[in-house]
Amino acid sequence: MYRAIAKNKRNTWVLLFIFILLFAAVGLVFGEYTGSGMWGLGIASLVALLLCFGSYYYSDSIVLKATGARPAQKEEYPHLVHSIEGLSIGAGLPAPRLYIIDDPTPNAFATGRNPEKGVVAVTTGLIERLNRTEIEGVLAHEMAHIKNYDTRLATLATVMVGAVVLLSEWIRRSFFFRSMRGRTSSRGRGGHQALIMIVALVISILAPIFAQLLRLAISRRREFLADADGALITRYPEGLASALEKISAEPQKLKNASTATAPLFIINPFRTGGSSKLFSTHPPTGERIKALREM
Amino acid sequence: MDLSQIFIIIFGILGLAVIFSYNRMIIKRNRVDNAWSQIDVQLKRRYDLIPNLVETVQAYARHERETMAQITEARTRAIAAATVKEQEQAENDLTRNLKRLLAVAEAYPDLKANKNFLMLQEELAGTESKIAFARQFYNDSVMEYNTRLQLFPHNILAGLFRFEGRDYLEIEGLEREPQAVQFGSNQGGE
Repeated sequence: MYRAIAKNKRNTWVLLFIFILLFAAVGLVFGEYTGSGMWGLGIASLVALLLCFGSYYYSDSIVLKATGARPAQKEEYPHLVHSIEGLSIGAGLPAPRLYIIDDPTPNAFATGRNPEKGVVAVTTGLIERLNRTEIEGVLAHEMAHIKNYDTRLATLATVMVGAVVLLSEWIRRSFFFRSMRGRTSSRGRGGHQALIMIVALVISILAPIFAQLLRLAISRRREFLADADGALITRYPEGLASALEKISAEPQKLKNASTATAPLFIINPFRTGGSSKLFSTHPPTGERIKALREM
Repeated sequence: MDLSQIFIIIFGILGLAVIFSYNRMIIKRNRVDNAWSQIDVQLKRRYDLIPNLVETVQAYARHERETMAQITEARTRAIAAATVKEQEQAENDLTRNLKRLLAVAEAYPDLKANKNFLMLQEELAGTESKIAFARQFYNDSVMEYNTRLQLFPHNILAGLFRFEGRDYLEIEGLEREPQAVQFGSNQGGE
């Protein structure tokens, strides 16, 4: 179990590195293509950096607003507060703040840039349908996400995907715009220019797809890791396994979830069955339950 | 000339290794101490809850004087305990009697409907689960610390600086497993 955790962490850094390279490549080609050279790369990187900075500090409140979560009062959910306090003692971590989403569909997610700023949000459906050990399993899974800095990474990855998509959209548009205006002005540079244009076009089409796939791969690896870490905190993998069974048996989709926030939840809130393994934000729940029961 | 340089380098590396190893042991030992005080905090919380609980139960269940007297006595003993062994014994008595009290409470519908009692019961359950978690964290920290002391080459330094391993802690009836017993009493189970 411990070695699996180390391997997952390393792979995640590799993925993140590839991601940054990809972004830089798109920026470079864009600069070459528009003839502004390094300026394109520089400005694109600056914008991306600002976006990352903003999301680093405000992502948690944005996500909580977007999902309609409210802070939980201890008088209202005493056993939930006790569970999360107990788990944080067991894990030797600061207790995350607890938020409630008024939704009958059982689900949960975590956010926050570090364990001190951690937030765990659960739906009212989760509190009603699951018993105490199952809820503890879910809470421990979310706390593991916070402990592993998944919550920070997931948000940063989301922003990076957004930036790459935006940038390549930009390239595609300016490409069509240019070809409409005619190419008399740039006849001097000839074949070289055409080649760069083709490369730019190919990258601009491929980049968003790659970016999305990378983000999904990050998110899927991290679900297994958080399952393992969560079980390490509760010492009771069966709690989370049976919670996952109950949550995934729910046919309804979450009201306030969007494609952007989907990877954050413990189980994909959209449940589009039949979609291929490559494009799903979460590993098949059956595989996760099987792994938990084999611990 | 050359040889002395080599010696200086070797001693430098050795010195750094000793400092690193020593500091790691200190860090791990402090973590054990901190984990221990976590248990203390939660045990104290339980002591604080008990007078309130006893008072509430007394108002409804006058026939359970003996159980309540035992709880109060065990609490006093636990607070006054001088050694870990004594405290363990007292805590075990306390846990057992509290369990009996809560079981007895089932026979008094008025008590079971009392808001204050329900709140105290939840507080107690929460605190006991925290004690169990604190104990788990303590034992984890002890395992890490003890393992470190036994590993070569750290065991040489551990002997030199008199680092001593710690004992694992058992508090009867407060393991994580009995939590599963609460399955049935939860709403919305299966």
